[in-house]
Amino acid sequence: MSVQSNDQAGGLTGIQTSDQPLGRDDLARLVARDIKPGSFVNLGIGQPTLVSNYLEPEQNITLHTENGMLGMGPVATGDQIDGDLINAGKIPVTELPGASYFHHADSFAIMRGGHLDICVLGAFQVSATGDLANWHTGAPDAIPAVGGAMDLATGAKDVFVMMTLLTREGVSKLVEACTYPLTGIGCVTRVYTDKAVFLTGPGGVQVRETFGCTLEELQKMVPVPLQAASAVAS
Amino acid sequence: MLNFLESVNEAVAGIKDGSTVMIGGFGNAGQPFELIDALMDCGATDLTVVNNNAGQGDQGLALLIKEGRVRKMICSFPRQSDSWHFDAKFHAGEIELELVPQGNLAERIRAAGAGIGGFFTPTGYGTMLAEGKETRILDGRGQVFETPIHADVALIKAFQADGKGNLVYRKTARNFGPIMAAAAKHTVVQVSEIVPTGGLDPEVIVTPGIYVNSIVKVA
Repeated sequence: MSVQSNDQAGGLTGIQTSDQPLGRDDLARLVARDIKPGSFVNLGIGQPTLVSNYLEPEQNITLHTENGMLGMGPVATGDQIDGDLINAGKIPVTELPGASYFHHADSFAIMRGGHLDICVLGAFQVSATGDLANWHTGAPDAIPAVGGAMDLATGAKDVFVMMTLLTREGVSKLVEACTYPLTGIGCVTRVYTDKAVFLTGPGGVQVRETFGCTLEELQKMVPVPLQAASAVAS
Repeated sequence: MLNFLESVNEAVAGIKDGSTVMIGGFGNAGQPFELIDALMDCGATDLTVVNNNAGQGDQGLALLIKEGRVRKMICSFPRQSDSWHFDAKFHAGEIELELVPQGNLAERIRAAGAGIGGFFTPTGYGTMLAEGKETRILDGRGQVFETPIHADVALIKAFQADGKGNLVYRKTARNFGPIMAAAAKHTVVQVSEIVPTGGLDPEVIVTPGIYVNSIVKVA
């Protein structure tokens, strides 16, 4: 059943799952909970890295890092620090039992070849049809740096975005069409924000759940038509 | 022909002005600092350098850029919190940048070593990094034609070499080493240890010695 934003409030209460906006850690916990057991996952630098703090051992998730490793463990501390063992953000990390190393072309073949189940990325903007902009502001004096963002966006089976819904100026980052340079076209399947979880795709934007606002209030913040997800996706 | 050399200076002595030089490493992991320092000393200039980044801090590749020896960088991620030497050259218009998505960079290097004339990849399709490039719809997806990156010289770092030039690496310091070794006309490797021929298990060798020209042990 699809619920439009102008329906009675009573029809919307099911999707408001928190009476407060979610903080970064709560959002990371939510993303971690949504990752299916046994998945191979790449977490982008920045906010997505927080997700690793909430993955449970029984989920049996294998983390991939673009610089040539599967089975990446937590950040290294003290005697664990080894300059030859770093993550994509160039932070020293650890290896878990069963880890493997491979060269860069193989690492990106893992992405491009569709072998990763999920990647979680930050974003400047996501469009209603799942276009992603997350690598370049396009400012004339900015030095562009893309890294592995385009490969991840294009290659992973599912691309989850984690971001605040609004910029500091209060402008929605979920947009009709991206104005920043694109990272990938139609690649984002889910957007986790402090105010709602959105499902994006060719059919437009569905709202899976809201935090601290009703769907009607959410619609006022976002310049694309929203509808409640017909069934709660797992 | 495989040579075991005594010094890093000897190892880079043949690098000419205007060369394309691949330098291994992702950040500092796998970056052959001693070979880069020797490249500084040898005076070669007007270089095109292929590396994932564009130098960090005040060492290695960053110094080569600072000294104006690099005409062009081919890389995926030049902008870092401590990439001030590249930033300054870029803003001054004194260095050319070819920005390549990291997987395309790796695959273009791999293609060169594997004798591939080019390939179509979905990465970058519809973005500004594919502007001006040939595209096709293949398997229902937009794809971009990318060409191989060849080099005159590769400078890489490995953990161990045996007497045949076979190499093994350490952890994520492997990164671009194996594909750069294959893509360059002349590959120079700095290693931490040299073991006798037969001292490495053939089943675990990552780079076969056929790709290696010069080896120098760096303490």
